[in-house]
Parts: sequence; structure tokens; C-alpha cells
Amino acid sequence: MEHIKTIETRNLCESAKNGGCGECQTSCQSACKTSCGIANQQCENTQSK
Amino acid sequence: MIHQYKLGGYNVVLDVCSGAVHVVDEVAYDIIGLFEEHTQEEILAAMKEKYGNREDITEADLKECYAQVVALKEAGKLFAPDTFEPMAGQLREKTAGVVKALCLHVAHTCNLNCSYCFASQGKYHGERAVMSFEVGKRALDFLVENSGSRRNLEVDFFGGEPLMNFQVVKDLVAYARSIEKEKHKNFRFTLTTNGLQIDDDVIDFANRECSNVVLSLDGRKEIHDRFRVDYAGNGSWDRIVPKFQKLVEAREGKNYYMRGTFTHANPDFLKDIQQMLDLGFTELSMEPVVCAPGDPSELTEEDLPIVMEQYEKLAELMLERDKAGEPFTFYHYMIDLTGGPCIYKRISGCGSGTEYMAVTPWGDLYPCHQFVGDEKFLLGNIWDGVTNTAIQSEFAACNVYAHPECRDCWARLYCSGGCAANAYHSTGSVTGVYEYGCKLFRKRMECAIMVAIHRALGE
Repeated sequence: MEHIKTIETRNLCESAKNGGCGECQTSCQSACKTSCGIANQQCENTQSK
Repeated sequence: MIHQYKLGGYNVVLDVCSGAVHVVDEVAYDIIGLFEEHTQEEILAAMKEKYGNREDITEADLKECYAQVVALKEAGKLFAPDTFEPMAGQLREKTAGVVKALCLHVAHTCNLNCSYCFASQGKYHGERAVMSFEVGKRALDFLVENSGSRRNLEVDFFGGEPLMNFQVVKDLVAYARSIEKEKHKNFRFTLTTNGLQIDDDVIDFANRECSNVVLSLDGRKEIHDRFRVDYAGNGSWDRIVPKFQKLVEAREGKNYYMRGTFTHANPDFLKDIQQMLDLGFTELSMEPVVCAPGDPSELTEEDLPIVMEQYEKLAELMLERDKAGEPFTFYHYMIDLTGGPCIYKRISGCGSGTEYMAVTPWGDLYPCHQFVGDEKFLLGNIWDGVTNTAIQSEFAACNVYAHPECRDCWARLYCSGGCAANAYHSTGSVTGVYEYGCKLFRKRMECAIMVAIHRALGE
């Protein structure tokens, strides 16, 4: 019996290995300007994919 | 740390530090909830007591489910520990002195007189002013000079109303384009406008040069015109909506946000989202108002349950529209579970005062647009660079672990510690937290993840 379905996600612990290039968009530079959300941002690191 | 919740017919378990998302049945939901505080025997006994009279759940099922939870823990996808704290600040250290984004305040003036404006009708509590080409050019040079090896540079034309200084905006873009190749940079321009001065020239410029355009519309006419009035007191809805529609159509419906603000006057903001959809707009953002405590437009505790319900209904509407083949985007529900930001980005804070700064019309630097006008936060200027290193250090250290309240919050890797300006304005410290905003943020993330699950499962 399947009790748990795991959705495919980026493994955050693994992302430490090649992360931190800093090329992604600045958090507040898009549509909000009054809050901070980073979950909706795209990774732009070509080395990590 | 895990976070469990039920929404949209799903039992969701989020493993905070690995980022894993699990959809589970009720047995697994209960076992996971007890897992860290109880022994296997205690948990299985509790499950037997709860589900013992259910024919579809056998003792073997319970044991199998428990084993699945153990396997996920061993695989690092449940109860993963937070080992990231030593990395907090590393990205800022590695990139110390690097600036990659500027908010250019090209006009500290506005052709609207919105009482709820955080920028005090565009003046930021100062005198009206517009940025000269010379100041703007120097700001762009400052950005290039301080961008290190960063290739993508972001510049937002902001105000007040930036189109009140449109010629300078055009000239600055032309200048940036003239130097970007030789400097090995890629400028990304965005424009945030109230729409009053949009014409064919603006549309042509925006669609040619701006990677994103943020258009201010609060939704229903009566809601929009309640605050967004000109100096004669006339509402602006009738004048701007046709202009926005023309601009968006010319943009082929992409790379823009219709951005609304909701206040105490419309905590039922889903009606405003619906109005935007009815007008043909599909890229939407609706933000809670940011204003001084006690302001009549401030969201209240009584508004909170209404707003929470609206967020849930918004998620339901998104799924309904998906099914009907009429999808739309809500900025805060965009979440890329497989390609989102790395852990460095998630713990480093928003970047204000370090990689991101605001430039006033006369060339002063502030940590971000929301601090402009507060002299305590003056960082320096575009000629001499950052001279107030004490303030900059405060912002550089403002990562997610600098906020004591965030340590126990499951959403900390989705907000990176939240907005420094909101924290400051509500607590007096950039390392505080704006708890009301946090409540809304957590609800948005629950909804966003639920929508992502629905889409991932193809349901």
C-alpha cells in the first residue's frame, strides 16, 4: 500500500555543492517591492544543472 | 523540521531543510506527526487505537507505513537537520562589495495622489525631484564598476512615477545598451508604472527594452478609485485600463505583472483578482498594503481570517482555471519545486544594502526603495560609493539566521528571513520580523505548494 507520494523537488542540501553563483534575480526586483519571497525565483546557475 | 498541513484535499508534509514535499495518506500523516517525540511501539499502539476499527487498514499496513517513514528519514527526505547556518553569510562574504541591482528613483514625483502610498505620493517625505541623465548615467557606471564578475545586471525604473521622466529613462537605456557588450554585461530593465502616461511610444519602448513591466491596478474600479486618484480627486481606473490592455496585447501577454495592493478596504481581494482576469490580464500580483501603524488602510486582525480564506479560494480558482484551459499566474504562487533557488540564496536574505540598492534622483544610495528618505539609512552616493559601512554591515549580516523568530519557522527557506524594511517598520530593527506579514506569507506558501502538487500529480 502506498502511503506516501514524494513530489520531485530540488534537494536543498545537494544544492550547496554548486550553489551560490549569485546570478539569480534580486529578490525584490520584480512584482512585489514590499515583501520578500525567493521561492518563486529561477536558478540561473548553469553549473548546477 | 517538518511542516504538516491539509489543503485542497491533500495531506501535505514538507521537509523544511531538504525541501522535499510529500503527499501522504491519513495514516502516514499521523505517524509522521508523532515520529520525533515517540517510540515505534507508542506510535503503532496509537495508530492501532485510532484505525483499529477500519477494515482497510491492517496492522501490517501500519508497520509498512512506519517503515516508509524511516526509509525517507534515512534518505534525508524527512526530518533533515538544518546544517546550513555556517553557510549563512558565505555568499555575502564571497560577493562583498558586489552590486548587481539598482532601483533607480528617476522621479520623486507622481501624477497620482494615492493616500496609501508608502512613498508618500512619490516624494519619499522630501521635495519633488527628477533624476538628471548625468546622475542616472553615473548610477549605471557605478553599477557596472561594482558588479564584479556578475553578468546579469538589473535596473528598475521606479518612482514616484518613472514615466514623468520618460526621456531620461529612454536615454539611460540607450546608454546602457551602448556599453553592455564591451563591459560583458547584460542589463535587464524593469519599469513600474501607474499607467497614466502610457502611449504608443512607451509601449514600443517597454516591449523592446524591458524584461518586465509592473502595472499598478488594484482590481475593481471602486476599489482602485478609492485610493488611486489624481490631484483633482478623480479616479484613474477608466483612463489606465485601456492603456494597460493595449500594452499587454502588444507584449503578447507575457513578461508583465498586473500589480494590485489590497488594504483594509478590500480584504476580499479575490474579487479584484477576478476583475483583472475579466479584463483579460493573466499575470497577476496582489500585495498587502505596507503603511504606517494606525493608518486607516492598514490590515487589521479582523481582516486576517478573511485574507487567509481569500488565499485558499485563489488557489482553488487557479486549479479550476487550469482545468478549463484558462490558466493564470499569481506572483506569490509561482514556485518551482525542481529548479528554484539554491540553499545559499535561500538563507542569505534579500540582498538589500549589499547587492541591491536604491538611488535617489540626486544620487544618494539607500539599502532599498523602502528606506529612501530615512537619513539614518543613507549608505553613501554613486560618486563616492558606500561610506556608511556600519549600516551596510548591518544589512550584510541580515540573513535568515539573524532573525531569532525565523529559527522555528518552517517557511524560512522560502522567504530568506523576509523584508528588512517591513521588519524595521514594525519592530524598529531590520533583524526583527513583521509577524502579520509572516502569517500571510506562510499561508501563501501553503497554497503555492498545494497548487504545485496538484500540477505535479497531473490532477
